[in-house]
Amino acid sequence: MKVLVTNDELCIGCHLCEDVCSHAWYKEINRAKSSIRITSLGNAEWNMAVCNQCGQCIVVCPTQALSRDKQGVVRLKKELCVGCLSCVGFCPTQTFYVHPDYVEPIKCIACGLCTKECPTGAIAIETLPDQEIAK
Amino acid sequence: MSSFEISKERIEALKAGHRVLAEFRYEPQPVEKGYAGQTLYVNVGTHTIATKPVDERMKRTFIGGRGFDLWLLWNAVSSDTRWDSPENEIVIASGPLGGTTQYPGTGKSIAVTLSPLTGVPIDSNVGGYFGPLLKFAGFDALEVQGIADEEVIVFIDGNQGLVQILTAPEESVNSHLLAEEMVALFGQTPQEKQGISSVSAGVGAEHTLIGCLNFSFYDPRRQLTRLKQAGRGGLGTVLRQKRVKALVVKYVGVKGDSNHPADLQPIQQVGARMHREIYERDPIMFTMRLDGTNHLTKIMNDYDILPVHNFRYGSHPEAEKIYSPHFQKYFRYDAPDGCWYGCTLACAKFAAGLELRSGPDKGQVVTVDGPEYETVAGIGANCGIWNAHDVLEANFYCDAYGIDTISFGTALAFVMECYEEGILNKEITGGLELKFGNGDAMLELLHQMGRGEGFGLIVGQGIRRMKQIFAERYGADPQFLQDIGMEAKGLEYSEYVTKESLAQQGGYGLANKGPQHDEAWLIFMDAVNNQIPTFEDKAEALHYFPMWRTWFGLNGLCKLPWNDVEPADNRVRYRGIEAAKVPEHVQNYVELFRAITGRDDVRSGDDLIRMSEGVYNFQRLFNLKMGQGTRQHDAIPYRSVGPVTDVEYESRAERYDKQLRELVGIDPTGMSTAEKRLALRRYREGQYEKLIDAVYKRRGWNENGIPTLEKVRELGLDFPDVVELIEKHSR
Repeated sequence: MKVLVTNDELCIGCHLCEDVCSHAWYKEINRAKSSIRITSLGNAEWNMAVCNQCGQCIVVCPTQALSRDKQGVVRLKKELCVGCLSCVGFCPTQTFYVHPDYVEPIKCIACGLCTKECPTGAIAIETLPDQEIAK
Repeated sequence: MSSFEISKERIEALKAGHRVLAEFRYEPQPVEKGYAGQTLYVNVGTHTIATKPVDERMKRTFIGGRGFDLWLLWNAVSSDTRWDSPENEIVIASGPLGGTTQYPGTGKSIAVTLSPLTGVPIDSNVGGYFGPLLKFAGFDALEVQGIADEEVIVFIDGNQGLVQILTAPEESVNSHLLAEEMVALFGQTPQEKQGISSVSAGVGAEHTLIGCLNFSFYDPRRQLTRLKQAGRGGLGTVLRQKRVKALVVKYVGVKGDSNHPADLQPIQQVGARMHREIYERDPIMFTMRLDGTNHLTKIMNDYDILPVHNFRYGSHPEAEKIYSPHFQKYFRYDAPDGCWYGCTLACAKFAAGLELRSGPDKGQVVTVDGPEYETVAGIGANCGIWNAHDVLEANFYCDAYGIDTISFGTALAFVMECYEEGILNKEITGGLELKFGNGDAMLELLHQMGRGEGFGLIVGQGIRRMKQIFAERYGADPQFLQDIGMEAKGLEYSEYVTKESLAQQGGYGLANKGPQHDEAWLIFMDAVNNQIPTFEDKAEALHYFPMWRTWFGLNGLCKLPWNDVEPADNRVRYRGIEAAKVPEHVQNYVELFRAITGRDDVRSGDDLIRMSEGVYNFQRLFNLKMGQGTRQHDAIPYRSVGPVTDVEYESRAERYDKQLRELVGIDPTGMSTAEKRLALRRYREGQYEKLIDAVYKRRGWNENGIPTLEKVRELGLDFPDVVELIEKHSR
């Protein structure tokens, strides 16, 4: 299962990953459109929140717009999505995001573009063993 | 896959029977700020199809949903129209908020007709996809008028802009088959199938006055159609009397902004927040996602308000046998169970693996939508049938035959009491031993309704007509029948014991359509928590809550996400009745209404209440137009007020004796049970009359229960024929 993994201790809060993400997928630098969210915990500590591809969202989707691809990444088929946001509310890690410019939610697909720009190696793509995951 | 899959040969046979009787083409237009801006009129008798514009006054006065239904029906019928007159209509509408995908409980349709049981408008709030798809197809409401010469279906294709009346000689009548046939006929891909919803009834609706409508939606994971019911008041009977097998709508392409809201952002915000609240709170509150509404059965039994043996009692030692765990083994949790997109409360449970032990499909392993609490309480507890399988089997056949499980359960409970009291016997019932607890007899009676034969035809007339039949034919005491027959305005009670809650006696008795709990549910507030002790308090609650609950029906919404889950801090921030209003959720609805319709003048919950008040009073006046709608029609059977029999009194003697001492001021020592019972009765019946006085006053009605001209003008309902109606009754 391909997944983006984070190490909060290495994060310096430069937000470059957010910018890269929103630019890659929405062609603008706008952190509110990123599928990674970096928030300050104070004292120069940062929280990095991103989808762990657990797949709980697949079960609550009423249109089968969410499914796992061959690499184990949970992908959203926008043409099937009705924008109900059930997946957003039921995401255990609360890493499914919403932006009013789009009816469909914003979700990490572990493309890894952000990992190439992170100056400290706080984000990496890893292939984890498949666990008990929702199909 | 469905047990009732439709073969290709079958589809071809259905198509071969189709002949176009009428066709209407229109240019599909997008919905704007929650409104399609027009309604659709179909007369299956004259083969007329037309559209009617929705103007600003209609939106402001009637909002949508039930409001639109009532307005269209009002203009279609006269005071002489009866349920089976050609001019009676079935009107179905969503509402301006209907079809919102982001917030739970937004897919409801509201169906209205002149009821065969009551003679006045019935309104029934139902899930399934029909209402939202109808709106996205271009229509805020659908009127179906006339009586067809032959069996027909009405087909609306919202993508093509096409409405047809088609002959339908080959289609099934029963909904479990018909709904599958409609999806197979008009849809190819899973996405197309999900864009199809049908409204249908069944053979039971043809043979009884308690027919329901089934509204379908397609479940793409399980690859079958699901059915939700507009149960109350004989809507299905009216559909079948019109010789309509199905109303079908097709619209493919629902998106998160199909309502074209004024502002999407607040909708997404409150929607995502509400989903999260359900995710966190439902498992520790009411377990709707696990059990559906049947989680209530245990609560009602615990508080002595579960109807047992025709509402004689409120609990029973065997009730545990129909609690949720006994149904969980049938439920499947492998797919979302919302009856519209985005309903994460997901109370529409899906039962599978039920092997039928009776009827035309005996031996088949079938799926069932449900059971709802009302079905479990009505057919189970109220009839003393403590058997989950039998309740589910009855649920399956009621849906298939198009029969309302609530009226069926309550009517059967009445019949069972009559049987045990010796009013009925095997000779009269055609051999059915209709004692409490006889599941075999219950199922056979249901199949008789399906076949149109035997004693099932009598029970299918409903309690009001049965009371007359039993008195005239079998010499039963009319007063006893009146006391134990749980109907008001001709509609069977839904499933709550109200003896200890005066406010809820009013909640049922004063409901415009008849005794259905969706207008008010005040039992805990009143009888358990004692939060509304005075008549004025009760009258205020009987103003606020019926108006508030009416609002859901105006907007195409479900009531459940309002108070069947609460924010974690609701009972910290608010106390008593204010907490019961769930203010944060009320504010969600204010935000949703503003964001979708763009109406900035709507700022608070009070503004929502005012919307309902207009429609609520209009419905009361509609009853008046149909020759009812006055005080005498708000009368209720004594079984809903207090103990009718000595046995009932004695079962809770300590409670009633205490009330005689403390409330009535009588020392019961030395009195016989009958004397005590009558003393309590005089007191309680007097209390009900005082309650009515207080409620009428609060609602702005005269002492006969008629809205005053002043009130009508204040609500903008002073249409010439409304004013004329009120003046006629003021003389």
